[in-house]
Amino acid sequence: MVRRVAILGGGTGGTVLANDLTDRLAAEIDAGDVEVTLINDDPDHVYKPVWLYVPFGQREPADGRRPLRELVDSRIDLAIDRVTEIDTDEKKLALRDAPGSLTYDYLVVATGSTLAPAEVPGLVEGAHDYYSESGALAFREELLSMTEGHLVLSVVGTPHMCPAAPLEFVFMADDWFRERGLREDVEITYTYPINRVHGNANIAEWARPLMDERDIDVETFFNAESVDPEAGTIASMEGTELDYDLLVGIPPHRGVDVVDEAGLGDRGWVDVDKRTLEAEAADGVYAIGDAATTGVPKAGSVAHYQAGVVARRIASEVRDRPATATYDGKTLCFIETGMDSASFVEFDYENPPSPAPASEKLHWSKLAYNESYWLTARGLL
Amino acid sequence: MEYRYKTTSVAIGSSNVLMTDIDIEPTDTVDARGAACPGPLMDLIGRVRSASPGDVVLLLSDNDQSLTDVSEWIDETDNDLLAVDETGDEYGFYVEVA
Repeated sequence: MVRRVAILGGGTGGTVLANDLTDRLAAEIDAGDVEVTLINDDPDHVYKPVWLYVPFGQREPADGRRPLRELVDSRIDLAIDRVTEIDTDEKKLALRDAPGSLTYDYLVVATGSTLAPAEVPGLVEGAHDYYSESGALAFREELLSMTEGHLVLSVVGTPHMCPAAPLEFVFMADDWFRERGLREDVEITYTYPINRVHGNANIAEWARPLMDERDIDVETFFNAESVDPEAGTIASMEGTELDYDLLVGIPPHRGVDVVDEAGLGDRGWVDVDKRTLEAEAADGVYAIGDAATTGVPKAGSVAHYQAGVVARRIASEVRDRPATATYDGKTLCFIETGMDSASFVEFDYENPPSPAPASEKLHWSKLAYNESYWLTARGLL
Repeated sequence: MEYRYKTTSVAIGSSNVLMTDIDIEPTDTVDARGAACPGPLMDLIGRVRSASPGDVVLLLSDNDQSLTDVSEWIDETDNDLLAVDETGDEYGFYVEVA
């Protein structure tokens, strides 16, 4: 009997998983005993960390795109389509374009994050972002010509992709304006929803003194409630109002609706066992990366490591062996602290992060990894 | 901000909250057990955003950090923390929306 594995989403998690699993099960696939289908609604694979550099004119969105077909093993059935329904009882999927249904024995939800700026009045009209290609390009138009005024970065929604990126942006902006002799004319303010500058207490404790040293103003307990683009103001639930000349908003995030409709979770995030990554509400279903509610950051390294765990678990199950691989919460993250320096953190469920001293070497390590990422996507690194 | 702090007054089951000596009927319950900080507080804030004045949101958390996160956030707002229940390592925060 053929065992069918369906992977929803061709981002970091889905692509690494598809390649890893196909490598492990190559013999079974070649024998016709296993089929792996990767479903993505874009023919390209998109590497989102490139977007941080776009507003500064250092990278182009095209640098983060490559055809998915070139990245995945030829044994993988690649479907450029979109899942419109998940039936976890019958173990079948409905697709937007393909007729009929696709049955599965194992389903992996790797559908990632989407942006939901419309949840906050005025955010769409008043704020820029670098969490999308179009957002980063529009933001670049404004940032490159900014020579004075008040630049406000507001973390509006959490959880959001790449939790370090808001800190990175204000550190980079500070350095970028400083190098060009404009910093005294540009005020920078960073807002965060809770009582510190980052969700993780250790990273917050490390970052706050750097922000103070560099005259980056901070507003904590700032949960943006509305933006008034005409007046150039952003107001919080806590009663604080800030004037801005250029606003960067990290918008609320959601997963995809089919997750909720299938009863797998809320807001498109799948409730999972944080170690086995099995969905709590259905058998034979896993979730990885941004789509999985494990409590760890929505970051590429997390998706990468979780993909390896699920590949090992499914390979074991296909071979009728007990699945023993588990995810330990491992997360790696480079954190830019300027235009030519960066820090680095590594942590897991048991061990909190301890940011490394910022250095030029770590900055170049980050840029080098961004180039070699394509080997990760192909399952080689 | 004043609130009543009680211990072992509520048994938090997998799907039901069994009231004992706290007589507050929440309008909505946010189950953030298992979430790392600041997840529980952010889940609470998200639910308060969409709630109506007078609603009572019950936040369930098993993270100690929530004890300070939630009360400090409440102090920044006009919302009221009506009560905090503790059962073993789990907490229930009753928040009345302003």
